[in-house]
Amino acid sequence: MFGFHYRLERHALRFVIAVILVAGIGGFVEIAPLFTISETVEAAPDMRLYTPLEVAGRNIYMREGCYACHSQMIRTLRDDVERYGPYSLAVESKYDHPMLWGSKRTGPDLARIGGKYSDEWQVAHLQDPRAVVPESKMPSYAFLGRTPLKTSDLGLHLKALRKVGVPYTGEMVANAPADAYGQAAPDSPYAAGVAQRYGEATQVRAFMGRQGDPTEMDALVAYLQVLGRLTDVAKAQQAQAAE
Amino acid sequence: MAVEERDPHSGYLTTGHEWNGIKELNTPVPRPVYLFLALTALFAVVYWVLMPAWPVGRTYTKGLLGMDQRTSVTSELKQAALERSAWMKRIETEALPAIQADAGLMQRVRETGRTLFADNCAACHGREARGGPGFPDLTTSSWLWGGDPETIAETIRVGVNSAHKDSRVSQMPAFGRDKMLEPRQIEDVITYVRSLSSQPRSAPAAQVESGRDLFAANCAACHGDDAKGIGAGAPNLTDSFWLYGGDVESLRRTLTQGRQGHMPTWEARLTEAERKLLALYIVDLRRKEQP
Repeated sequence: MFGFHYRLERHALRFVIAVILVAGIGGFVEIAPLFTISETVEAAPDMRLYTPLEVAGRNIYMREGCYACHSQMIRTLRDDVERYGPYSLAVESKYDHPMLWGSKRTGPDLARIGGKYSDEWQVAHLQDPRAVVPESKMPSYAFLGRTPLKTSDLGLHLKALRKVGVPYTGEMVANAPADAYGQAAPDSPYAAGVAQRYGEATQVRAFMGRQGDPTEMDALVAYLQVLGRLTDVAKAQQAQAAE
Repeated sequence: MAVEERDPHSGYLTTGHEWNGIKELNTPVPRPVYLFLALTALFAVVYWVLMPAWPVGRTYTKGLLGMDQRTSVTSELKQAALERSAWMKRIETEALPAIQADAGLMQRVRETGRTLFADNCAACHGREARGGPGFPDLTTSSWLWGGDPETIAETIRVGVNSAHKDSRVSQMPAFGRDKMLEPRQIEDVITYVRSLSSQPRSAPAAQVESGRDLFAANCAACHGDDAKGIGAGAPNLTDSFWLYGGDVESLRRTLTQGRQGHMPTWEARLTEAERKLLALYIVDLRRKEQP
């Protein structure tokens, strides 16, 4: 066998062909499951889309590198399920481009953080983590509350996501800046359109406790409060499995 | 291109390459390396047979052991629930005083309650349940919605100003921002309210008097004529407990901007027995604090 290799590596062309063949096996094994992905991933007909404000919050989450310390992936382990809730399903990341599963937990997992704590807590915690959790080692993100959110380019973000398969309509793209404003300003005339376009379950609230031009804090809290709440399929499926 | 020249010094074959009379040896790879390579390859083959491995069209090879993480975590959770079921069932069905009287059962409540509290409640109420800025201290005798275990369990279920349909609702109006009171009137109310509790009072009697009238007209509907609260989320203002602070600055903010605390609903996250257990745990904490 080693004699064969000894002979093979002495012929450039034969050796190149052999390398391509062997590397091709690795490539095929990685790519082949994608051919049937539509049949192997669960269906979630009730899945909602991220609103423009939540997309903006997600971008801030990525910009600030939150994924470096927080995962968004509840594993199929008893400890994980008991602390964080039903384990994550692939379909729940259907509209995540890129996915933010993460691989390190300096802080807790955030896959189902939405609704677990109040907006006030999220804001107070982001402003000064140690004011509410004395043992925390998270940095302060108070500046997010002082930074106005750039909403003018949100339509383009939605368009880019549509290109990779998120079903945003033309109406959603056209109204993105107005919807971002309206979601954090429930008394404004822009609020009604958000629920109409993104579903009644969309959380339209003054996330920082005051209405008006949204800040980056509004966007990030809106995103955190929707994590794990775009679909109920995981809870339903695992409740059924437990029967 | 067979090279069969042997280096007379080491006894190894040479590659046939020569630089200025120095010949390159073709030293063989040590045997243990081949051995480990062979072992890992063998391990891979055994693993493919035993564990889920290869994709095959729309399915995959399941492996002889039939391992599946989803099934195993489900059965692990079932097993854990079964181990807890004996005493968990009692928590679920027995009356609260009966549970509180059972020392063995209360020991379980303390152990499990501590974990549940740390995972779910400690972020706002603090690890020791002593609260924080705007988040109530649960170890005191001051309760906005009632401090008996049934009421606490119900508050945990529906939340306060939450999205739940039965949510407890309370709102301190923004008397200043919404122009219900003049800034001077707010100062009078603050002086009067501070005179009710054990706070230093050096205010002119006229101001207190004016504050008393304003209080009766604007605040008594929720806080009661005697300012002791009427139990529906409006706090007792005559005691020494302050959720948002009892100093002049905090009270001014409360009266000007209003307050509306939120507590999430836990109906979807915790089971009924878990909520009952947490209520018992909290009441027990208070008992420990104030023997």
